[in-house]
Amino acid sequence: MGKQKSIRQEKTRKTIMSIVLAIICIIYMLPILVILINTFKDASSVKATIFALPNSETFVGFENYVTGMTAGSFPFWKAVLFNVIITVCSTFLILLFCSMAAWYVARVNSLFCKIFYYLCVFSMVVPFQMVQFTLSKTADTLKLNTPLTIPVIYLGFGAGLAIFMFVGFAKSIPIEIEEAASIDGCGPLRTYFMVVFPMLKPTLISVGILELMWVWNDYLLPSLVLDLGKYRNIPMHIMLTQKGSYGSVDLAAMMAMVFLSILPVIIFYLFCQKYIIKGVAAGAVKG
Amino acid sequence: MKKSSSSAAAPTPKKLKRHVKSGHSSITKRSMRKWSWLFIGPVFVSFIIGFIWPFGQGIYLSFNNFKIVSKPQFVGLSNYEKAFADETFMHAFWFTALFAVTSVILINVLAFAIAYALTQGVKGSNLFRTVFFMPNLIGGIVLGYLWSRIFDGILSVYQTSILAKAEYGFWGLIILLLWQQVGYMMIIYIAGLQAVPEDMLEAAKIDGATKTQTLFRVIIPNVMPSITICTFLTLTNSFKLYDQNLALTHGEPARQTEMLALNISNGFSAMNTRGMAQAKAVVFFLLVAVLGIAQLVATRKKEVQQ
Repeated sequence: MGKQKSIRQEKTRKTIMSIVLAIICIIYMLPILVILINTFKDASSVKATIFALPNSETFVGFENYVTGMTAGSFPFWKAVLFNVIITVCSTFLILLFCSMAAWYVARVNSLFCKIFYYLCVFSMVVPFQMVQFTLSKTADTLKLNTPLTIPVIYLGFGAGLAIFMFVGFAKSIPIEIEEAASIDGCGPLRTYFMVVFPMLKPTLISVGILELMWVWNDYLLPSLVLDLGKYRNIPMHIMLTQKGSYGSVDLAAMMAMVFLSILPVIIFYLFCQKYIIKGVAAGAVKG
Repeated sequence: MKKSSSSAAAPTPKKLKRHVKSGHSSITKRSMRKWSWLFIGPVFVSFIIGFIWPFGQGIYLSFNNFKIVSKPQFVGLSNYEKAFADETFMHAFWFTALFAVTSVILINVLAFAIAYALTQGVKGSNLFRTVFFMPNLIGGIVLGYLWSRIFDGILSVYQTSILAKAEYGFWGLIILLLWQQVGYMMIIYIAGLQAVPEDMLEAAKIDGATKTQTLFRVIIPNVMPSITICTFLTLTNSFKLYDQNLALTHGEPARQTEMLALNISNGFSAMNTRGMAQAKAVVFFLLVAVLGIAQLVATRKKEVQQ
């Protein structure tokens, strides 16, 4: 009797919890929904209030998306393009070279390697403001100020976390496998690419996602290094257009731009959710 | 170390031991060293360009007056004196500290509560988890701009704006950061909660412990490592906050909502305060480093206990 009652109580409790969580979820999604709604309204009604739904008078279809993408002396689609180039190149460089260096550090383990490793760990706690001024000057001098060369800086500044995570994992790989490969006549290069690299896959995904999210959303580094007349990434473009000093667009087009900045991230998240959550959690626990 | 690995002729027992400890057979190691320029070279060079050199130069320049990097003028500690005498910097420090404490408490309590609710076998847990985590992936600038529109939309009803009062900016930033980071911390707490030994919970149940008792006596002590990690993560995140601050309030009104990172960044834009800004950056770095070391010590301790 009592047991049945407690089971029923448990059930109601869970249902109430579900409802409460669902309400919080809806509130959680509201900011993005508000932006989405406003991308279909005309500029004056966006300005009047952002909380009204579009009606037959204020509805403009996809016009805002078209203006948002193409308006201004520096159109938004170019910023998207540069963002993709910078992010893909940087992540690729970081994954390839940091995993190689980490394996070398884990296996050779000389004094030089140890110093290098601790410097990498050290670099993780240094806030960007510490190097912001000097780094932007160094980048200018070395001509690392274009979308195709800025990945070198990302490789240098992102090395800390990547090396730290890769070394941790590389140490756990049994050495016997590599020794077998070397007895079979593999040089270090072939051992690395045929044997070690495939085994690093889980860490490659975790580190890849962390670096991807970082570079994609990064504002300060590119805004200091890139010549904003020629190159911009998405955060730079949003910031500059918001200020309005470099060719402003109307509020409705701005809403479309903001939504277009969020959309790829959400799509990427929905498709790779499992890896993203795992990668982010791994980075948190280790960092 | 180098010697023992390359001259392996007639190894004494001591040498042999060290040899075994370092892992790789000397042949492989020697052949790896030949390729060191390829394995470690690219990262090493970019690490020097992207971190070591700017860092060293930054420390050096904090003792100098400079408008451009190539013409420094040694002034000793005067930049540091100026930095500590700068009221905007001290204000930014207290604003940041208050902000950090508030956000650490709120984020962790909410994240833990949601994680706890989601591990109770509620229907739709996976969907809820997906939704709560999503804002974390949106970058700070876009996030700041998005919320500035939302806040202004609400506040315009009362004929005011997020930039009108420092309190609005403060709570605006808190809400923004909650929205962004609760989901992230929730993930870490969920992992912690799932690792609580099942038999301990069973034992508590058999002993007749209530839900609250189980929560405070069994579950929370068991997720202490997660709590430590999340506390430090939120603390350092709040201290280093820049993008969101810039995009939401950019320090308005009258530099009242300026946090440390933004204060330093702004210092670099004026020619005659660059030396002071660099000194502030060094102070900021030391502050964050102390937090980082404290985290390391705290988590190490917890690991030993486990």
